[in-house]
Amino acid sequence: MVGSMTAVGAGLAVIGAGIGLGMIGGKAMEGIARQPEAAGDIRGNMLIMAALVEGAALIAIILSVFILG
Amino acid sequence: MNDIINMRIFLILFLCWFGTFNTAVAGDNNGKFDVAETALHHIADANHWFLFGNVYIPLPCILYDRETGDWSVFMSSKFEVEEKGTGTKAIDRYVLNHGMIQRVKEKSFPMGVQDIKLEGHGEKVHVALAGAGGHDHSHDHSHDGHDHDHGHGEHFTVENRSIWDGGMLGGGMSSYYDFSITKNVATMMIAFLFLGFVFFSMARAYKKWNNQGPKTFWQRLLEPVFIFLRDDICKPVIGEQHYMKFLPYIAALFFFILFLNLIGQIPFIGNPNVSGSISVTIVLAIFTLIITNINGTGHYWEHILWMPGVPAWVKVILTPIEILGVFLKPFTLLVRLFANITAGHIIILSFIGLIFVFADIGVETGMGRGAGAMIGGVLAFALGLFMSAIELLVAFLQAYIFAVLSASYIGAAVDTGHDHH
Repeated sequence: MVGSMTAVGAGLAVIGAGIGLGMIGGKAMEGIARQPEAAGDIRGNMLIMAALVEGAALIAIILSVFILG
Repeated sequence: MNDIINMRIFLILFLCWFGTFNTAVAGDNNGKFDVAETALHHIADANHWFLFGNVYIPLPCILYDRETGDWSVFMSSKFEVEEKGTGTKAIDRYVLNHGMIQRVKEKSFPMGVQDIKLEGHGEKVHVALAGAGGHDHSHDHSHDGHDHDHGHGEHFTVENRSIWDGGMLGGGMSSYYDFSITKNVATMMIAFLFLGFVFFSMARAYKKWNNQGPKTFWQRLLEPVFIFLRDDICKPVIGEQHYMKFLPYIAALFFFILFLNLIGQIPFIGNPNVSGSISVTIVLAIFTLIITNINGTGHYWEHILWMPGVPAWVKVILTPIEILGVFLKPFTLLVRLFANITAGHIIILSFIGLIFVFADIGVETGMGRGAGAMIGGVLAFALGLFMSAIELLVAFLQAYIFAVLSASYIGAAVDTGHDHH
């Protein structure tokens, strides 16, 4: 039971991160399309924000690994 | 010329695929193939460096007994490793279980070199003395069925290894200190020597020619990267005033992590998973934690302990969160690097494991091992190649992210806040 619950938890974390990463990527693409000369800055900030979102999801996944193990 | 290179690449890829395919067909006939177990076994640290098949580089084991104060120093080849990195000898009660040194719990176990048979996994490891004093018969007996009790005191258990949590998560502490040069330590030494050679030779070249050509190979390769670190990470993130002080740390982080990530991507050298080892990332994050906080200005500490410009009741809530944040920021750093690199290695290993899984399916459906492994091999080749390309990107990306986030934490700490007021 704990095993399947942690699997669900890990999956939910991935869904959340996926939505977040999709929004970051989409908005960054829009921004670059509107202002191609700022592409470099937007790309750098996009990567940092993506890493932060990913960090939240990874903490959830690591916690579920600890609960499982 | 290009045709020859293409032919060679194709030949190498074909040989790799054929080698794995052969293993799938010939070996592993006993029992089903467990993808998860194999993947976890391959990303773990080890006391020997397996290259391919049963060929491995022995590494030195340096062990200190906390109770008696004795040192045991020997090469890991003395364990006489067989498949899956499990040793067939015990030395001073130390055994090698799936590549990791563990110690027999019972004090009655004889010291010195002993023939053993090691069975089980995780916490349920059993060690049986084999052939001691000419008990060949009883050894065969115990080999046939190890379920029933022998009553000769032949079976022993092993201690848990103490890991990065220091026994806090219930693992307990071992009765010895392990100073061994493991695969990860050896890889970090290689990184140290290689990066030291590259950067010292670069520095010498800059001194000698002083901004005139011709530039050496390493200068041409790494100068743009270093200038990117200086002008696009350190200068804007840390600030004009302080960035030169922290540039060496940020650059060292970036190149160290990048080198470890990349060396883990090279196939057929044992894929050392160093930046995917949580102990390594913990130490890197502790460096960032210390450097951030010892350089913190009054402005920085004021914003943590007593945030200006908010009502008092909000400060009561905000201060604990901010103090937690001081430790959470490096924690996310270490988890991000560890999880990304480990996940990448697990995914690639799982894809390679598809060959063995499909071979098992081939036996079940009556197609035969070969036909199953062939289908699995095609899948594993395509998916593995795709994932390796993604991982190459991730290797650069994670080194960049670690460096840029460390820089931004340091930048927030050294910021005196003149531009805000």
